[in-house]
Amino acid sequence: MSEPRLEVKKTSKLFIGGAFPRSESGRSYVVSSAAGEFLCNAAWASRKDVRDAVVAARGAQPRWSAATAYNRGQVLYRVAELLEARRAQFVHEVRAAEGATARSAAAQVDAAIDRWVWYAGWSDKLAQVAGSSNPVAGPYFNFSVPEPTGVIGIVAPTDSALLGLVSVVAPVLAAGNTLVVLADERRPIPAVSLTEVLATSDVPAGVLNLLTGPADELVPVLAGHRDVDGLDLAGAEPALAATAEATGATNIKRISRLVPQGHDWRRDPGTSRLLRFVETKTVWHPIGS
Amino acid sequence: MALDAQGAGPDTPVFDYAPAPESRAVARLQSSYGLFIGGTFVESIDGSTFKTVSPSSEEVLAEVTAAGPLDVAGAVAAARAAFEGPWGAMPGRERAKYLYRIARLIQERSRELAVVETLDNGKPIRESRDVDVPLAAAHFFYHAGWADKLDYAGFGPSPRALGVAGQVIPWNFPLLMAAWKLAPALATGNTCVLKPAETTPLSALVLAEILQQAELPDGVVNILTGDGTTGAALVAHDGVDKVAFTGSTDVGRRIAESVAGTRKHLSLELGGKAANIVFADAALDQAVEGIVNGIFFNQGHVCCAGSRLLVEESVAATVVAMLKRRLGTLRLGDPMDKNTDIGAINSAEQLGRIVELADAGEDEGAERWSPPCTLPEKGWWFPPTVFTDVSPAHRIAREEIFGPVLSVLTFRTPDEAVEKANNTTYGLSAGVWTEKGSRILAMASRLRAGVVWANTFNRFDPASPFGGFKESGFGREGGRQGLGAYLDV
Repeated sequence: MSEPRLEVKKTSKLFIGGAFPRSESGRSYVVSSAAGEFLCNAAWASRKDVRDAVVAARGAQPRWSAATAYNRGQVLYRVAELLEARRAQFVHEVRAAEGATARSAAAQVDAAIDRWVWYAGWSDKLAQVAGSSNPVAGPYFNFSVPEPTGVIGIVAPTDSALLGLVSVVAPVLAAGNTLVVLADERRPIPAVSLTEVLATSDVPAGVLNLLTGPADELVPVLAGHRDVDGLDLAGAEPALAATAEATGATNIKRISRLVPQGHDWRRDPGTSRLLRFVETKTVWHPIGS
Repeated sequence: MALDAQGAGPDTPVFDYAPAPESRAVARLQSSYGLFIGGTFVESIDGSTFKTVSPSSEEVLAEVTAAGPLDVAGAVAAARAAFEGPWGAMPGRERAKYLYRIARLIQERSRELAVVETLDNGKPIRESRDVDVPLAAAHFFYHAGWADKLDYAGFGPSPRALGVAGQVIPWNFPLLMAAWKLAPALATGNTCVLKPAETTPLSALVLAEILQQAELPDGVVNILTGDGTTGAALVAHDGVDKVAFTGSTDVGRRIAESVAGTRKHLSLELGGKAANIVFADAALDQAVEGIVNGIFFNQGHVCCAGSRLLVEESVAATVVAMLKRRLGTLRLGDPMDKNTDIGAINSAEQLGRIVELADAGEDEGAERWSPPCTLPEKGWWFPPTVFTDVSPAHRIAREEIFGPVLSVLTFRTPDEAVEKANNTTYGLSAGVWTEKGSRILAMASRLRAGVVWANTFNRFDPASPFGGFKESGFGREGGRQGLGAYLDV
């Protein structure tokens, strides 16, 4: 007979520049399960945390975008390997967060891992599919390549804590952007666990930064930040999304609009999210002797 | 160079050009124009009229209509009816043939269009004849072929049109910008309401006649002349599914705010402050031609103009001397003269902005230079101007001047060139001049700009995607990629 043992609980933290700080504000908020039980005190990020996360994402941008597409693909595939190893943990967390059945939670985690693999493989195909050699009427070799937009703020979906999150994050990373992600306020735990996977993978520090906290406080800060190049409002409420989109006009942010609640995240996503935060660059090179 | 051999400089020409004016008779301008709605020219319901003038002579060319909100509503309704009616139901192969027709009609009426463009805009006839009009026809011709091949454009099977496109265009390339907007929108199956710029409405109205000659179904394209309030009403109209705008970053910002929270799709082609980077190993004669073309083409009224010359320090003095010598040979004057290189500034308002920024350049301590050149008494003119001793903090190195004003800066290493070139909120275009191919490709990949010209500048082609990074906007025009701006993808 073994002695009864007290569980060791995990402190939920932010993920900024590869480190796991609490909010600089010292604030936290209660996260409960779908059944209403206390799960953790999540860090309540402040506007300063948003700015720190943007600085980290900007700092990581040159190296991540300049990595060879092959390398980026391998690094992202490695994340899927680690997700698979923690499959049981994610099933447990998705179940607690969403109140799903074990079978449904397992199906979501499997789909999330498979989706990560799918996008990892896109990394070195995107330029071939989205780029082109253009037959201009003159003696020029003219070609177009997709390049990452830069630093992207992502408001994670609020109806799918892991599959939804992976569906919006992985394509933008595969395209070479660096991210500041705001987790689902009420169900942040799978997202926080994802950052723990990233921290032990080969993804460089700062490539993905995660904040937890209230969307209505943090989204406007992200939207107004002039060093954020694009904003995915997938999980934002309509009124908040509209305001954020208008604020984002300050520096002509690329905007991906909110995804209506009830979206079936299991659906084949196609290439549209891969292409949402890329910039087509066209180069003219003379042909001559 | 021939003049040099005879010991005469460019300021003391041995020979001069005889006047070679293009005939204006071919323009066939009417004294007044209505709005083009539902396939016919109609009177305005709630608008007013204004006069469009020639920037080179200030003479009134025609009276045009400023569309009011009810006119906008009528045009959007006509476009909606056409989208839900004949145009939406039409197979791509039939749509294609309309676009081919339009391309051919532009070619047939090219001389007339070039004259109208030059009269209304003030740009040299040589440019409207050789660049604007042929490229406009080419845009329709290129996109015509896409209309029945969209399944193969890489956006998945049967990509859907967006619906009614509200399109607002600038005055610098009036006909060409209309073509850049209309051709891809129509090829992908949308219908359009186009708002030409206040100061250059005429070529779009000739284009409306061409659409009639092409027998384009009524309402597929509607053209509303007017000022910024007409454009704002169009952009804000509930019946518009897609907004496409080319113009200043300030206006683009307001448009992005106005479509926030709506279903409207948006593409923006905004301002620029392009770096034209000349390395010491470049073919300097060619580079000087490229610098001149980069900033003095179309009086510098070009969003992708090479307005910042970054020249490697070791050749800076040589390049600036060669540039000044070359500028001494440019001919400024009557835009209708076939030998004119620099035409008129499009409006008094634009001239005011150029003057203000150029004065700011002097006030902030940069060295100002222009070739000796007599400006015509009537009209709006600004001489080709070069600023040296420019610091990256000067307004003339940061703000878009949209005029024939070049700021010269220097660099020592490729890293410094990249750093300086990217040190701007814009990101529309860039130029690189070097004989080293590997350096071209390295620079091209590091420059944050939508178009990079290597050993050339200001080249455009309908097959070549055009558009910006950063605050120069988003979405592309031209090429396979440009179709995405008008499809639900």
